[in-house]
Amino acid sequence: MQASKAAHDGTKLFDGADWDFPMLQRISDACEEIAFGELGLNCYPNQIEVITAEQMLDAYSSVGMPLFYKHWSFGKHFAQQEAMYRKGYMGLAYEIVINSSPCISYLMEENTATMQTLVIAHAAFGHNHFFKNNYLFKQWTDAEGILDYLDYAKKYIAKCEEKYGYNEVERTLDAAHALMGQGVFRYPQKKKLNLKEEKERAEKRREYVQSSFNELFSRMVPASKQQEELKDVSKRRVLLGLPQTNVLYFLEKSAPRLKSWQRELLRIVRHVAQYFYPQSQTKVMNEGTATYVHYKIMTRLYELGKISEGNFLEFLQSHTNVVFQPEFDDQRFRGFNPYALGFAMMQDIECIVTGIDERGVPFTEEQLDENREWFPDIAQKGDPMGVLRHIWANYRDESFISQFLSPRLMRRMKMFHLCDDPVVEEGILVNKIHNERGYREVRRQLARNYDVGYVDLNIEVTDVDLAGDRELILQHKVLDGAMLSGENAAPVLTHLANLWSYNVKLEEVDALDDVLEEHFAEPSYVQESA
Amino acid sequence: MHQGLDSLAFPALFLFSLTQRESWMQIIDRRSNPGQKSLENRQRFLRRAKTQVQKAVKNASGNANVKDVLNGGSVELPIDGVAEPRLVREGGVRNRVLPGNKKFVEGDILDRQGESRRKGSGPGEGDSTDSFRFVLTREEFMDLFMDDLELPNMHKKTLAGSLVTKPRRAGYTMSGSPTAISVNRTMRLATQRRMALGRPTQEQVMSQWQIAQDVFEETQDEGLWAPEYLKYMGLSERMGRIPFIDPIDVRYRRFEQEPTPIAQAVMFCLMDVSGSMSEHMKDLAKRFYMLLYVFLERRYKKVEVVFIRHTDKAEEVDEDTFFHAPASGGTLVSTVLEEMARIVKDRFNPAEWNIYAAQASDGDNMNSDNTRTGEFMTDKILPVAQYFAYLEVGENETTEHMHMPSLGDSPLWKTYDGLCSKGASIAMRKVGRREDIFPVFHELFEKKGNQHASQ
Repeated sequence: MQASKAAHDGTKLFDGADWDFPMLQRISDACEEIAFGELGLNCYPNQIEVITAEQMLDAYSSVGMPLFYKHWSFGKHFAQQEAMYRKGYMGLAYEIVINSSPCISYLMEENTATMQTLVIAHAAFGHNHFFKNNYLFKQWTDAEGILDYLDYAKKYIAKCEEKYGYNEVERTLDAAHALMGQGVFRYPQKKKLNLKEEKERAEKRREYVQSSFNELFSRMVPASKQQEELKDVSKRRVLLGLPQTNVLYFLEKSAPRLKSWQRELLRIVRHVAQYFYPQSQTKVMNEGTATYVHYKIMTRLYELGKISEGNFLEFLQSHTNVVFQPEFDDQRFRGFNPYALGFAMMQDIECIVTGIDERGVPFTEEQLDENREWFPDIAQKGDPMGVLRHIWANYRDESFISQFLSPRLMRRMKMFHLCDDPVVEEGILVNKIHNERGYREVRRQLARNYDVGYVDLNIEVTDVDLAGDRELILQHKVLDGAMLSGENAAPVLTHLANLWSYNVKLEEVDALDDVLEEHFAEPSYVQESA
Repeated sequence: MHQGLDSLAFPALFLFSLTQRESWMQIIDRRSNPGQKSLENRQRFLRRAKTQVQKAVKNASGNANVKDVLNGGSVELPIDGVAEPRLVREGGVRNRVLPGNKKFVEGDILDRQGESRRKGSGPGEGDSTDSFRFVLTREEFMDLFMDDLELPNMHKKTLAGSLVTKPRRAGYTMSGSPTAISVNRTMRLATQRRMALGRPTQEQVMSQWQIAQDVFEETQDEGLWAPEYLKYMGLSERMGRIPFIDPIDVRYRRFEQEPTPIAQAVMFCLMDVSGSMSEHMKDLAKRFYMLLYVFLERRYKKVEVVFIRHTDKAEEVDEDTFFHAPASGGTLVSTVLEEMARIVKDRFNPAEWNIYAAQASDGDNMNSDNTRTGEFMTDKILPVAQYFAYLEVGENETTEHMHMPSLGDSPLWKTYDGLCSKGASIAMRKVGRREDIFPVFHELFEKKGNQHASQ
């Protein structure tokens, strides 16, 4: 340690808790040196913005985005969060980071210099690297276009409110929000989303509608051949693109009575949902990466003598809070803390790759054998950052856990698997625990809890009764006997019916396609025809 | 730990950061940006949840101290009215992996009751509370609280033709004071006229002169020069004949004197402080005055408050004395009306002030005084007052009971009631309990459609 201090310029980046802007610049420069030089990270350009607590609350209320369209539900979230914050139930996040290029990180002005360093390392380098390199983000989001698109969406919606009335717009947005969970494509599309083109597309659509409008035609010309074809089931399915899991997309394209601006609103909500889709699949990895990176950077800064022992202790305290994992019987337990699980796994991987555990003690032969057995590809490979960068780029939570959760970590966190089957009256079965016989099953189950294919509802639009009363038919494939909560389903389906303008039926079917339950809804107000 | 590696890595790093430095890192201070970005969302939320919030506001105001209530405060809102429904699953087989096993081994069966209690919700699952509290600002609170109230007879003064007027722009006129000349309008009309009459511009005349000049200089031939010169003369003459600005072009800004509603109000608080008024009754009265004050303050730029208390004689006092200082004596209601009439005459010209009065009393009055009170009311008070409310305060009885028509009506109530039946407009209510103050206040000032317009 002494040697390294002598080798590098040992002047401290800061002293005490106060910070100023030149200091922030020095801090981020120092972080950058380590992030790029030693950790080999590859980031979007950074934009660091210092904001007040109130601005932070503001940002919270619109899903963390710097600009977002206006809707009452954001005001509601704000009121809730503000009340919690004022009562002291909830601290504010130290930072918010946005997956955009440049990558915007918000820093709170109240943070001490140490905290600012931590946050810069965490957000501006950790999250940033993950956003830029993870395959899901590459596939699904357009970091360059998102801010422009949100700006466009905000203006478009404001314009609609002016033109078509505040209530009309709100009604459409309410309905779209209710179906947001069913508004994403779960598999990549042929064409990559380009948000810049979105705006131009919307304008073209409007112009086309205006230029091609012909009242006589729309009233007098009888049903075309296409409509004849719609009566045939298989042709209908092809024409309408059924079955379709993206309900919002289906409505945007096929709902008969929506006006073109309403279709555009559905499209905006759908795009926003899609933008956040990768985030929900990579919570553990994303936070784990950022936490691992900040830990690395802070440790190096300390080793290089750029932050003092006191500041390093302050950091360690915050870090420990962040990665604290309450046990299941703790009052504070709210499931796995993604920071804790992610960080522990990354650190564990480093240990496996280097063959040295967290405290710097080499593994015993027995442990090395276990590692080799479970992780033949990476055990003692010797390049932890290389391995981690590869993982960060190519995995999501589910695959990450199912591949890299090690027996050692399962033992350390004392994981066990509970199976709560309502049919078993005696109680909940402890199915597997952290032992030789349980490792694979515990890991499989934990990974499954992070699998969107399992966690998200499997709902698709299956058919439209075009010959009859235009009823829209959806199916929910029931998994493990978990049915829709009727109390929540009813209002959502009413929203859906309002967008569709005719009745809606949702069937819940089991694996054998037997209908378990049916939900019905009819529109609560009538759309004027487009 | 990895010192060897680090020292190798550094030179490469410097190269990299040197080339990238310029555009790479940007630090922006956003603290001075306008905050309250979420204000509009908040307003939308309040509008959306208006009925619920209004109900919550009234519930909250029913119990709390008037002063606290009027400062705004937190209200509890049921979540269902502003729920955002989503499709969710429930029931079925649940598989969970948990950390922190202490004693369980494979195959153990856990008691469902004990376990489910401890489980808590999963990460990221939304809140499951049925209601949430949030804080309203004073403004928001008052808006919601007073939203469905209105001032009775608010425009009476305007209709009666008040003395206060304000000049208002009202088009243009042909005559007026030179200071009121509208240059724009005048010039526009002049231009129109000049164009209509074909007045050549100065430039046209000058260029024609130049042409004539040029022709002469080039040719030295007067025969060629003469027609051009004549043309110039014609233009010049025409220009001289048609004036640039004619008196008929001139327009003056016209003003109309418009009566303006009076932006100031005075509120008379009249209270019986004789021995029969208990602390509780005074408290009720105080609450009512406070509400009235806040209400008036929202409607008028300036609100003055006059406190007059009375026993068998009336005096104007300050607020503290009004509510707290003890006084004793008999009860002569007419004295307080007399005092009010005197103060109005001295200080508050009814043409310039909106006059509101609220009288609180337990209803006692000397029998001999009732007639005099009635006369005073009809002759002196009601003609000048915009609004007169009489609040009969009682002990902790239910208001319903007090509303029952009975022989037990107090002398003062009977007197006022008699006036009302003769067409006087006195708002009269009886209040017995603290929580009734708000409903009664609401009742008095409720919006009543077009009723007031006809009054």
